Parts: sequence; structure tokens; C-alpha cells
Amino acid sequence: MANLLPAEFSDLEPFVADWCLDSEPERYAKRLSSTMGEIQAFYDAIMPRAEDAMVYLDRFPLDALPEDAVRLLKLLYSLILMSFAVEVWKQPYIPDTGTAQFELKIEPFP
Amino acid sequence: MTENLKIPKQAARQYPKPPEGSWTEHYPELDTEPVSYENSISPEFFELEREAVFKRAWLNVGRVEQLKRKGSYFTKDIPGLKTSLIVVRGKDDKVRAFHNVCRHRGNKLVWTDYPAEEVSGTCRQFACKYHGWTYDLEGTLTFILQEGEFFGIDKSKYGLVQVHCDVWKGFIFVNFAAEPEQSLHDFLGPMITAIDYPFEKLTQRYYYRGDINSNWKIFHDAFQEFYHPPILHGHQNPVMRQTDYQDLGFYTSYFQAEGPHRVGSTSGGAGGKLVPEFYNPIEQVMRSGLFGPWDPSEIVTDQLPPGLNPGNKKNWGLDSFQIFPNFAIVFWETGWYLTYHYWPVTHNRLLFEANAYFTPPRNVRERLAQQLGIATIKEYALEDCGTLEATQMGLESRVVTQFPLGDQEFMCRHANKVINTWVADYQQKQAKG
Ligand code: FES
Ligand SMILES: [Fe+2]
Repeated sequence: MANLLPAEFSDLEPFVADWCLDSEPERYAKRLSSTMGEIQAFYDAIMPRAEDAMVYLDRFPLDALPEDAVRLLKLLYSLILMSFAVEVWKQPYIPDTGTAQFELKIEPFP
Repeated sequence: MTENLKIPKQAARQYPKPPEGSWTEHYPELDTEPVSYENSISPEFFELEREAVFKRAWLNVGRVEQLKRKGSYFTKDIPGLKTSLIVVRGKDDKVRAFHNVCRHRGNKLVWTDYPAEEVSGTCRQFACKYHGWTYDLEGTLTFILQEGEFFGIDKSKYGLVQVHCDVWKGFIFVNFAAEPEQSLHDFLGPMITAIDYPFEKLTQRYYYRGDINSNWKIFHDAFQEFYHPPILHGHQNPVMRQTDYQDLGFYTSYFQAEGPHRVGSTSGGAGGKLVPEFYNPIEQVMRSGLFGPWDPSEIVTDQLPPGLNPGNKKNWGLDSFQIFPNFAIVFWETGWYLTYHYWPVTHNRLLFEANAYFTPPRNVRERLAQQLGIATIKEYALEDCGTLEATQMGLESRVVTQFPLGDQEFMCRHANKVINTWVADYQQKQAKG
């Protein structure tokens, strides 16, 4: 079976199943349905590798990323959304937002 | 580095005001009295506003990049007018807009799976799902099934109902009036038409939408003043948490109103120019954040595009143009732009749309910087959404009916005035018959 992530990032493979998500609404739903413990564990694993991941990914043209690289990129998209929970709010949801909905409906790929 | 530390102080400094002493008093049509928001809580006013504003003003419904080739179309629902449009590029390359209603028995003509959802695509003709009547890209009825069963029907009289449609700088506008009182160019006026920005190069699009329980104007107001960010958004990042911002407030460097439109400009000062402690860790790694990439895009040169920074202020950071009634374009110093649309649904509900446009990213790093920039939009906007639902509730109690606005809320006061003026003007014309 092909590797889920590029070899240098194989230690992050346990996060692929839960955190490689295709769209912003899915990532945001994942943030709201996760505990701070789960979000923090994901953040702590990916954040220190973010710079290396960008260096690795920049070896490829954006429109010709291999599948394992796309998965790594999707982990970074999730990292972006989870970073606010960790760095700003210290909780998954944005305070005082009630039931308001605001979703990204069109998002370029990759 | 210590020099950099002073930037928030500069941002908090009061900028010179017009000779009258304030932006508000610079405009004789504005007063400095408290304002009423009855126009944002009254169902009767909403009914008037639909006729007086949304059926008379030019409304932006999208951009030409959404219609790449002949036959490309998208549907655009205008909830406050209970109508849907088909916007299509014809065989002659002209962009037209039609009401999305079949002339036979009124079926919504173009939709897929869910009648209430917008769709887009490319086609040669529009065929109705109900009985198959067919229209060409120019709206002409071309086919009636069992035409002989109808009674002397003249196909040329049953084309799609057309809506006035014109394009400025790639922005597609429609006008629901039988005969618009002004051309699009005259309606936009010199301040807006002076803008000559390379919109066509910024094709990387991100599109957000939200349904919010607030009047569209109450919501819009939070996006046309910079008085609230240090407080409402005061936790977002270390820049926002600066005591200078929170104690002294933020001052807009320039305001201008012209006709029904207005602009506010602010200084830069964020965008990676401060010491690292002023940013969240993710911002430092991805060189992006509030709002958008720190590094200039390929359209940025030492010359700003014509029409931007109309006050010619130093340390320009952004222009927030408010195009009457419900459209805004925000230009950022690092070379990208945002649009906002505030579509009324009822007197206390709106559809809020935000589009971010960037140059196509050349690599993963640029792609991620854009992604983080648009992520901050949501973190901020959701704070606004929650609060403005609460504001609507407060207003609807009618316990308080007069509200003082400061000079930093110049654009809110101007917007409120223009709406009331358009409605009064409409009522006067109606009364005259
Ligand atoms: S309603 Fe469209 S063909 Fe009958
Ligand atoms: Fe806000």
C-alpha cells in the first residue's frame, strides 16, 4: 500500500484519517465536534512541522501535487482552522457567536 | 525594532480632520443629531425599501470571470425581491440577465436538485423541466412542445423577462426598474469609476455566505466603521490586544462620501511589519493573518492603482468602498481585494456574502497564506454575526429610539441618511403619481 504521507512525514500518518478534510465546512465542523484535548494534540503534532512541510510541498507545482503531498497540505489547512482554537480562543468555538452560520462555499483546490 | 513597536500608537493617533472640525460636519447634508433605526426594525419600512431602493438602484450580482465562455451562466437569487436571475453570456459575448421564470406556467427555469439553491454551468439553451419549453441564450422562446395545441401563440411574445444589466470593470450589475433613472456609470459616479484596478488578474476566489438574523443595514454598519474592532475583536491576536488600541481606540485616516456611495481608508501597520510577539504563532509561520498575506502579490507596484487611497494618505493600508446600497469592495495594501454583499431577506434577516480575490498562488506557501487570510475573515465575521443578532434584538425592543453616532461612525450615519432619502424620494414620486 502506498504511504499516506511523504516519507519524511510518516510520523503524522495517525492524523490523516481524522484531519484530512476536503472543505472548510468539514474542517470547522471537526473543530466544533472535537475536545480541546484532541485539537491541542493535533496542533502540537503538526505545528512544529509546518515550516518543513511547506518547504517539502514547494518542490512541486501547485497543480501537480502527488496524492501524499495533497494529504499533507490538507493537514495544514486543518492546522490553520485549529490554530484559532489553540492560539486565540482556548476553546473550539468562537465566543458569543450563538447559532450564527458563515460557511466557505467556494474554495480553490488544492 | 523599537521603531516598529510604535506602529500601534500611530494607528491610534487621531488623523487630521476637515476644516469644519469633523468628517460629519464636512458634509452639509448630514447633521450630528442622534439617529433612529426604525428603518431597520419596521416590516413596513422594509416593504418600502424593496421598492424604493432594491428596485431602483444598480445591484452587483457577480463578476464576469464567473461567465468564462459563451453559454456560461449562473443563477443569482435576490431573496428580498423574492426572485431569481439567470445571468448568462450570450453567443454574441454580451452578458444578460433574465428573471429565472418560465413563461409557460411559471416554473423556476434553471435549478438542479434543490429549487432554492443557486447553480452555474454552461449550456446552449435553457429547457424547462416541467413541459420542455426552451429558450436560447438571448432569452428568446425557441420551442413549445405540441405548439399546435396552443391558441394562436406567438413565440416572440414569450421570451424570458429581461432585467437591465451592465458591466463595470468586470462587475455585473442589474437594475430591476422598468427604465433605470441613471446609467450604471452615472449611478457609480466619479469616485467609484475612478478606480482602475487589475481585477481581471485576481482570479483565485473564495466565497463565504451566511444567513443572519439581523437587518441588512444594521449588519452592514459593523463593516463600515472601525470603531468596534479593538473591542469586539479585541482578542483575535496580540496586535488587537495592544493596550493602545483598547484604551485609545482606532482612528480612520480618511472618509469621503459622494452621492450615495462612501469610502473609509485606514493605515497599514499590521501585515508582518511589527515585532514577532505581536502575532499569533500560525501568522508567523505562514506570513499571513489579519487579513491576508503579508507579502505583496504580483500586482503591487510603487504606484497604487488609480482611484485607490483617494485621500492620498501616508501609510495607506486599505480602502473600504461602500457602493450603495449593499455592496462593498475592500482593497488591501498587499494586493488583493474582498467584496461584501448584504442582501435583505426580511426586515430582520439577511444573506451575507463575502468574496476574497487573490492572484493565483504560484506555490504552496502563497496558497497557505491566502488560506490563513480567509480563515481570519470567518473568525472576525462570526463575532460580528453573533453580536449583530443581539443588536437587532435590542433595537426591536424599542426601549431606546435615538442613538448617538460619533465621527468614526461617519459612514453609518451617511448610509442611514441615504436610505431614508431614497425612500422619501420614492414616496414623493408615488404621491405625485
Ligand atoms: S412551466 Fe415551463 S414548460 Fe411549462
Ligand atoms: Fe467586525
